[in-house]
Amino acid sequence: MGIKILTEHINVPGIETLEVYRKHGGYRSVEKALKTMTPDEVVEEVKTSGLRGRGGAGFPAGMKWSFLAKPEGIPRYLVCNADESEPGTFKDRVFMEKNPHALVEGMITSSYALGANTSYIYIRGEMMFILRILEKAIAEAYAAGLLGKNILGSGYDLDLHVAPGGGAYICGEETALLESLEGKRGNPRNKPPFPAVKGLFQSPTVVNNVETIASVPWIVNNTGAEYAKIGVGRSTGTKLISASGNINRPGVYEIDLGVPVEEFIYSDEYCGGIWKGKELKAVVPGGSSVPILPKELILKTAAGEDRLMTYESLSDGGFVSGSMLGSGAFIVFDEDQCIVRNTWNYARFYHHESCGQCSPCREGTGWMERVLHRIEHGHGHQQDIDLLVSVAKQIEGNTICPLGDAAAWPVASAIRHFREEFEWHIKHPQEAIAPGAVYRGQLAAATV
Amino acid sequence: MAKITFDGIEVEVEDGTTILQAARKIGGDVVPPAMCFYTPLKGSGGKCRVCLVKVTQGSARDPRPMPKLVASCITPVQDGMVVENTTNEDVLNARKGIVEMLLINHPLDCPVCDQAGECDLQNLSYEHGVSATRYEEPRRTFDKVDLGPYIQLHMTRCILCYRCVYTADQITEKRVHGVLGRGDAAEIGTYIENVIDNDFSGNVIDVCPVGALTDKTWRFKNRVWFTKPLNAHRDCPTCSGKVTLWSRGDAVLRVTARKDEYAEVEEFICNTCRFDKKEVSDWTIEGPRNIDRGSVISANHYELPVVNVPIVPNLPKSTVKKMPTE
Repeated sequence: MGIKILTEHINVPGIETLEVYRKHGGYRSVEKALKTMTPDEVVEEVKTSGLRGRGGAGFPAGMKWSFLAKPEGIPRYLVCNADESEPGTFKDRVFMEKNPHALVEGMITSSYALGANTSYIYIRGEMMFILRILEKAIAEAYAAGLLGKNILGSGYDLDLHVAPGGGAYICGEETALLESLEGKRGNPRNKPPFPAVKGLFQSPTVVNNVETIASVPWIVNNTGAEYAKIGVGRSTGTKLISASGNINRPGVYEIDLGVPVEEFIYSDEYCGGIWKGKELKAVVPGGSSVPILPKELILKTAAGEDRLMTYESLSDGGFVSGSMLGSGAFIVFDEDQCIVRNTWNYARFYHHESCGQCSPCREGTGWMERVLHRIEHGHGHQQDIDLLVSVAKQIEGNTICPLGDAAAWPVASAIRHFREEFEWHIKHPQEAIAPGAVYRGQLAAATV
Repeated sequence: MAKITFDGIEVEVEDGTTILQAARKIGGDVVPPAMCFYTPLKGSGGKCRVCLVKVTQGSARDPRPMPKLVASCITPVQDGMVVENTTNEDVLNARKGIVEMLLINHPLDCPVCDQAGECDLQNLSYEHGVSATRYEEPRRTFDKVDLGPYIQLHMTRCILCYRCVYTADQITEKRVHGVLGRGDAAEIGTYIENVIDNDFSGNVIDVCPVGALTDKTWRFKNRVWFTKPLNAHRDCPTCSGKVTLWSRGDAVLRVTARKDEYAEVEEFICNTCRFDKKEVSDWTIEGPRNIDRGSVISANHYELPVVNVPIVPNLPKSTVKKMPTE
């Protein structure tokens, strides 16, 4: 059992109120930062902590903060990306619902560090009830003088707003989020210029995930060096993992980065093993867009080492035999799950969510979905598998934003690791379309 | 000033110029194609991805190559940058892939399309396309939409370059059309039936790289390669009045803005010039216009540009092309 940074008080009754939250040490970081530290010192602490972006890309947060342009006379903005919509990810939702003040505290401390006087929380439109929870928390913070003019007498002003999205996955991409926040159509922007130079309202902007921002208060309270002690190597701190799929105990877990994957799946402290004692087939370790890995590659790396829940270990072996930690959505498949059907489902999602701005993604996601639909429903041809690989390759890396990559990776990796299953679907369409039919040959081969 | 090497050719351009503009300064075959970028329109570009190039050296200061292919129309040059376009196989393969993507849902109805002969997508497909399709599913289709008395929208052909949206934003007073929906269901539309009615609305036809927006006064009248382009002007109170007339015999069939070799208009023209002035007597003829962009019109069989054509109210009669003699 590791240290709990984000979820320590999450189940305390009434923690969503300011009173209870303060009783449990809430808003200490605001007092400490605003009264005893300069903004640059806070940035330095975050840099020392090695905290990495929790939204998926894993870019060091302190580094991102230090890239923020600081021209005279132009406002700077901090935007919290709470548009959590990656299939399999639900950590931010639980966190904000249970402990909204923790995010508000993180926003105040982080905004102070960046010198932002207006900050936004951009929340997924479907989570309207959480928006209300957050607004209530913000109103309490305003009343207590933690937001608004001259916070705690320090002379620092901050206004915090919550803005809902309209229900588009693409608005989780930071530049699309900024467009949407400006009231425009949520199309990702061309980069450069990056948001750190020209972001929201053409001003320097930092966009951070909920979990990243919520980790900042602990770092300020306990110093970055303490934070860096948790975890393994360059993956420091704790991470919320949304575990789902065929496991006994699905849910959100806060783990120290560095827990072995095998322990995470089978230990009773976390997932508690595969549901009904079935065999593990595959795992998508970081949300639907990261490559899927079969059992033998998720538990051990290609070199035979234990795979750990860290950014580095999960991506060991590149895309040939590795994957990514991504946003920490750990989706487990047991032996009865059909990979082709699942891949089609993912492709359908990306087809539906592509913004349609650039041609490879707009046309390619739909193409992949239709071909996968055909294979899944028993109308595939043998050359379709190579066609999918080729289409995925034509999309990957050629699009404006990472949604194209996110659509291409699951398809390419499923074919890379489960090609036999695709071939079986095409060769035996009658068997494959029967309800509950699953190809088991690969599992048998793996266990031999 | 920044010095860059593009396909082995050195060129010096102003700081802040994009790679595409630098390549256009060189000209010729090395210039990447562009389907969505349009110099006169601010903010255009980056969408179609056909102009992707490989930057093998970021700049003199930081010689690392850029990890991905970059869209040349929106990437500014850096001093000492080395760019590969036609000399890089990855770039050509990626472009081929993107042209395939652009074509999978395109109806390929060139035989009945008014744009055929001066269509950017047609040219692009000849150069980078493949002869057979791998796409078996039904293509996306839309109903034709009437956008008032002058403009017809045939969304099925659209490649969503957003040029017409930028044009309406930047040239006209009010934009009534935009992109609705998302993904491959995205479409250009007015949402509720509306007329694009503005002095400069006709320019959306000129900027459209395909046959999605067509001129209703010209639809199905003729094929572009049968018409003769002539430079002409008139004294117009709203625009510069400098246009290209497309005529056959004595009849003016179509009026467009003057376009350069990259199909970009030199000056936007007003609707009166474009739609209402279809008489030779309305215009002062300057002479034949040489179309130098890669289209079948440039292979047209009308006489070479004649200098000092007398300004006459009537068109010069077409002469029989001189056949090469034995």
